[in-house]
Amino acid sequence: MEILIAAAAAVLQPHMLVIILLGVTAGLFVGALPGLTATMALALMLPFTFSLEALEGLVALGAVYMGTIYGGAFTAILINTPGTPSSIATTFDGHPMAKQGRALEAISVATIASVIGGVVGVAFLLIAAPPLAQLALRFGPAEMFWVAILGLTLIGSLATGSLLKGLLGGAIGLLIGTIGISPVGGESRFTFGWPPLQGGISLIVALIGLFVIPELLLMIRRGHATLETPADLGRSRFQFGAALRTVLAKPGNLIRSCAIGQVIAIIPGAGGSITSLVAYNEAKRWSKSPETFGKGNPEGVVASESSNNVMVAGSMVPLLTLGIPGAPPDAIILGVMLLHGLRPGLDLFTQTGVLANGFIISMGLAALMLIPVGLLGGRLIYKTILRTPHYYLVPTILIITILGTYALRNNIIDVALMLGLGVVGFVIRGLGLGAAPIVLGLILGTIAEQGYVQSILGGMALDFPQMRLFVNPLSQVLIAIIVLVIGWAAWPQNLRRKKD
Amino acid sequence: MSLKSASSKGLFVGVVAAFAASAPVLAQDFPSRAIEYIIPFDPGGESDITARLQEPLMQEALGVNVNVRHQPGGGGAVAWSDFQSNAEPDGHEIIGINTPHIVAQPIQRADAGYTTDGFDIITWFHLTPHVVVVRADSPFETLEDLIEFAGENPQSLTMGGSGTFTGNHLETLRLMELADIRVTYIPFTGTGPLPAAILGGHVGAVMSNATLAVEMGDNVRVLAVASEERLETLPDVPTFLELGYDVVGGTYRGVAVPNGTPADRVEMLADLFAQMNETLGERQIPMGYQMTDIRGQDAIDLMTRMREQYGDFLN
Repeated sequence: MEILIAAAAAVLQPHMLVIILLGVTAGLFVGALPGLTATMALALMLPFTFSLEALEGLVALGAVYMGTIYGGAFTAILINTPGTPSSIATTFDGHPMAKQGRALEAISVATIASVIGGVVGVAFLLIAAPPLAQLALRFGPAEMFWVAILGLTLIGSLATGSLLKGLLGGAIGLLIGTIGISPVGGESRFTFGWPPLQGGISLIVALIGLFVIPELLLMIRRGHATLETPADLGRSRFQFGAALRTVLAKPGNLIRSCAIGQVIAIIPGAGGSITSLVAYNEAKRWSKSPETFGKGNPEGVVASESSNNVMVAGSMVPLLTLGIPGAPPDAIILGVMLLHGLRPGLDLFTQTGVLANGFIISMGLAALMLIPVGLLGGRLIYKTILRTPHYYLVPTILIITILGTYALRNNIIDVALMLGLGVVGFVIRGLGLGAAPIVLGLILGTIAEQGYVQSILGGMALDFPQMRLFVNPLSQVLIAIIVLVIGWAAWPQNLRRKKD
Repeated sequence: MSLKSASSKGLFVGVVAAFAASAPVLAQDFPSRAIEYIIPFDPGGESDITARLQEPLMQEALGVNVNVRHQPGGGGAVAWSDFQSNAEPDGHEIIGINTPHIVAQPIQRADAGYTTDGFDIITWFHLTPHVVVVRADSPFETLEDLIEFAGENPQSLTMGGSGTFTGNHLETLRLMELADIRVTYIPFTGTGPLPAAILGGHVGAVMSNATLAVEMGDNVRVLAVASEERLETLPDVPTFLELGYDVVGGTYRGVAVPNGTPADRVEMLADLFAQMNETLGERQIPMGYQMTDIRGQDAIDLMTRMREQYGDFLN
């Protein structure tokens, strides 16, 4: 307790609050730009943090991280484009809301959900880090394989309309994921002898290509921007109270989404990309009126945005206690800690407790800071997008997208791949295939393959190496969940409901 | 400042300029623009962190901007092949290189897109020696325990490491050959997932870099280190040589320019990296790094030795 008070005192300094404010603001804009990811923002900040004290550096990184994950929601809502992979699910209902002229409501709901998620994640980290870390360790290769399979079952419900088209999209995603150097064996696959393909097709490249480019092409075809201007724009405000009531009206959804966010955050390697998709899917499954999802139901935004912001602090659990980076940006935070001589482990919370707890508390403050920054920044971005004619908006977004894609790996090939996938995405969208199943297949295929091959290798001494996939209790629990999920979806009554 | 001293300063500058013009590649006209320093891996790794530490020191010493850029993919191969076909050989574009990657990939992959000899190596500036690590409560107290178990139970001991045909993997193969044992090597994507693999008991042991052993502290037991002599930071850990196995190796990291870069510029950069090592060492030696300055013929010999040591495993 003394440590906590000392830590709070260290963070509640004026200059610290300024660092958090600047970090959150910068993060918000980076997150809102397609292609600029949290990982990239943190990497760019590295040299700058070396000149700061250890605590200041970590606080700055934490604030930017929190801001980026939240910033992704803006583009998701306003132009149907996830700014970061973790806000894919925000597009599902956030954008339909915007189309109905409820963009500010969607942004307010996303902001409040993000703040709650961020604070909940910090609370988990302060209170329950050691037991959560032990849980994280149970996820070995076999468990990761089953987690990926469980994730793939989401495709059934993410598919808009036809299940078959969803599965087809997932299969395309799995295939795209096999391009490049294989994650375990190290062979090059499907590079057709062309060295640049050794790096494979990065998730962000596919994400931008499949989401942004088709949206831009649609805007051009329609001849006007995606959003209609509400008649009372001048007077439209954030209905902050109304949005707060919307979020709190369904506490079950909020609690469930936060719990899902926390559990997925600690699974090393699953990362933030699927957190919001899983939470969204469960919100829809448990809702009494699942048919309203995808048509502008704020509950979908709540599920997505609360779960992905839990993940920011949530993924610090394995990082701070065990030195295991749960998501790519965590690797950079780990690097900074090590440079300052901070070794992850339980000692971090006792011996250097002021620092570790100060860092955690600052993330909570960063989450709270999202309210003013988000509401002001959100309004600014909203008005800018509304007032810009589409013949300026489309080229601007396209240029940002191309720059972002290039900056990702400093590779011009990625830009070509992104544009190519964009055209493919536009064509298949016309055929009724959504982008989400493809991206999900791409994310999960690699995780599943890695888990499968590592498990089989680990079982080499057994008579049937495949048995390695089934022997652990946690694997069996995951298999049982998968059976339940598929069974639930295939239950005749639910199938009929989906058709309606 | 008096008028007189100002004019004498102008004269001095003029003389220097004339002198520089007569000798085309004098050190003074290099660098003439920003240095591009390419890191072929993801941010947050050892190569990246080192470059980020070097960046401000280089800017100060050279008086130009230094842009650290990431170009990850294919275990480094995407950046290396792009660099060899496109970089200007004038010293302004430098790239991070690692062993055994740049030796192993061109042997093992038909389409790596670059060659080991296509680089002019500035210097190998540090080394992270390999270590064998087990969880603190493992029954293996010593390397001998581990080898004995693996000898009696072929393939049942799993050994994790970063990647396939990487330093970790090749070192495991070498240990297997020298000790006449068979363990099952399980590749992970990088060093990041290895702590979870050890602590969660997903593998029996890990072949990794000394930095990981230092980072994980009391959670693990380090059975042996593949350096010539014991490390300052791990004084109680015996070397493989002490234990009777000729296993000396690790990941060397360095920087390179394209073939054909003027030798005096390579030399100047090598001096700079060696000089920066003194500052970096204060932070990095306690983290498990060994600072080195292997350049010129020695750098080439290092790779030749590596090719002899590991070549059989790669073909």
